[in-house]
Amino acid sequence: MSQEQIDKAITREYSAGFTTMIESETFPPGLSEDVVRALSAKKNEPEWMLEWRLEAFRIWSEMADPDWAHVNYPPVNFQEISYYSSPKSMEEKRPKSLDEVDPELLETYEKLGIPLHEQAALAGVAVDVVFDSVSVATTFREKLAEAGVLFCSISEAVQEYPELIRKYLGTVVPRKDNFYAALNSAVFSDGSFVYIPKGVRCPMELSTYFRINEANTGQFERTLIVADEGSHVSYLEGCTAPMRDENQLHAAVVELVALDNAEIKYSTVQNWYPGDDEGKGGIYNFVTKRGLAHTNAKISWTQVETGSAITWKYPSCILRGDNSVGEFYSVALTNNMQQADTGTKMIHLGKNTRSTIISKGISAGKSSNAYRGLVRMGPRAEGARNYTQCDSLLIGDKCAAHTFPYIESKNPSAVVEHEATTSKVSEDQLYLCLQRGLDEEKAVSMIVNGFCKEVFKELPMEFAVEAGKLLEVSLEGSVG
Amino acid sequence: MLKIEDLHARVDDKDILKGLSLEVNPGEVHAIMGPNGSGKSTLGHVLAGRDGYEATAGSVSFEGKDLLDMDTEERAHAGIFLAFQYPVEIPGVSNMEFLKAAVDTTREAQGLEALDTVNFMKLAREASQAVDLDASFLKRGVNEGFSGGEKKRNELLQMMLLEPKLCIMDETDSGLDIDALQVVANGVNAMRGAERAFVLVTHYQRLLDFIEPDFVHVLSGGRIVRSGDKSLALELEDKGYGWLEDVA
Repeated sequence: MSQEQIDKAITREYSAGFTTMIESETFPPGLSEDVVRALSAKKNEPEWMLEWRLEAFRIWSEMADPDWAHVNYPPVNFQEISYYSSPKSMEEKRPKSLDEVDPELLETYEKLGIPLHEQAALAGVAVDVVFDSVSVATTFREKLAEAGVLFCSISEAVQEYPELIRKYLGTVVPRKDNFYAALNSAVFSDGSFVYIPKGVRCPMELSTYFRINEANTGQFERTLIVADEGSHVSYLEGCTAPMRDENQLHAAVVELVALDNAEIKYSTVQNWYPGDDEGKGGIYNFVTKRGLAHTNAKISWTQVETGSAITWKYPSCILRGDNSVGEFYSVALTNNMQQADTGTKMIHLGKNTRSTIISKGISAGKSSNAYRGLVRMGPRAEGARNYTQCDSLLIGDKCAAHTFPYIESKNPSAVVEHEATTSKVSEDQLYLCLQRGLDEEKAVSMIVNGFCKEVFKELPMEFAVEAGKLLEVSLEGSVG
Repeated sequence: MLKIEDLHARVDDKDILKGLSLEVNPGEVHAIMGPNGSGKSTLGHVLAGRDGYEATAGSVSFEGKDLLDMDTEERAHAGIFLAFQYPVEIPGVSNMEFLKAAVDTTREAQGLEALDTVNFMKLAREASQAVDLDASFLKRGVNEGFSGGEKKRNELLQMMLLEPKLCIMDETDSGLDIDALQVVANGVNAMRGAERAFVLVTHYQRLLDFIEPDFVHVLSGGRIVRSGDKSLALELEDKGYGWLEDVA
């Protein structure tokens, strides 16, 4: 297999790169206290919400852009970004049901393979769809309400469930946590809110689909999931954006709260526009995701990251309660000029807490892929255990893979295991496949899929197949 | 079926085959023997179309078509199968998945109807039984953690399901104990037929006790220096390869 053949096999086309022609109401670019006020006013927010945002803005103004990640990009000019954009039809009259939603918008999701009409939707999956800065629709709300499950946009939650928002917002990712978390806290425009009551097993998979459409806007979504005692929920997010020459910023915050004996499974299939093969355009994906696990609770992150020009993301678990469990399963694929610095933090505070990290990094083209992970065993973490496995796969000879594991243990009874491997898709493997009649594209995608198997099996059934296909599209020249 | 004329080939700028000619007809079993470094394995890879194995002169036709002009997978679709001397592992890709993909692609290229999954799985289980591999091997990653003998039997399993016209077996006997050798030989013998030809590349005569060849060729210095029937193999066993220096 020559370099030329490899190049051909990994050439990608981005099928979600279209733009929806729709009239939008967009804030002029720029960020100031006035913009934060205007945003809050736009959403008719109560005073306490505005104050919370303004405090975040003050914190952010005093912070500096982080530079420790293994990625390179020109400084982001935060005054050139527009912080709010919404389809006009959503502004004029907020649709009460799907029938009232602008058909153009529905068609956008149809094209992306997310039918929103409940009869056509994936059976057993409720979806909240976010277009630029606003939530367009949430399906199956009534059915979920029967089980007592609250699932709506975070803007609605601020209005309808203020006591829950005030109790939990910013408790897992405080406003001052980091530069992008502070920025998000000041200007988050929409996102999803989930509350699962005590002892309830959520009857459906919940998911949010994020779409950036408008040029020069940033998307700052905020997701908050609270699983009350003994409850159980599985949640999935997906994301795409049009192909544009400029970089766009996506700075999200996701907070998970798993109370005693609760379980949250959070899966991400991230396919933001990665930029072209010369590195022009693409999304800057700077995301803070963290879960707090109380006694006997379990939080499991699964992510399949194939998109974005730059990914900076560390879904983490704070294992505060005794016997709580944290898991992180990740596939990160970079191609062309993409850069990823991703991993997790497992903070063991309680006794007998356990965590598992399985990270699979795949680098192709001229891309750079870094795993960065922290395992911290606190002084009270008697008998805590962590197992980490980081595998890197290189395709071709112009890409790079890096592993940065950090381990801190303050408890002598804690056990931390770390395994790491780096391998190449070998000529021999490809030769075997070709000799058995497979073409190069199929062969590469099969080898890569095999490499990722341990992670894919953690995804909900409906999405495991999708993830495999997405990987195939990201690697092949074909459009899925 | 296969006609090789005056084939010259190089690997890494080194000339390995220097004027090799060979004709193989349907139903025949040819054994290619010779000392290490004589070009036996190179011949298999040049025929299968391995990247980096470059034919510099001569011609190879397979069923009337110019083989050297075809891509690796096209040669496979045309019915050429190479059983590897050192089969590689593909972690995480189950044997069943791999076999199904290989058979599906090949049948599609050959214009044959696709096999439905249930039938295919039945065939695969039968074939694994025939090569004495437990059905659990179908669920494991391709060659992942297999012993040397299991890998060789897995090659045979792939061969049985792909039903090639020309089977090239590259030192399949190396590293096999006598029982495993018997299993492989039984598999090959069961597949012999009027339409199918075999080229057995081997260093030792031992394999030919189990699979009786129609022709035996001795390769030395990149050319066939002697051809004969199976008695030639016995003669080689007796005399070793040293005497070849004189004829080559």
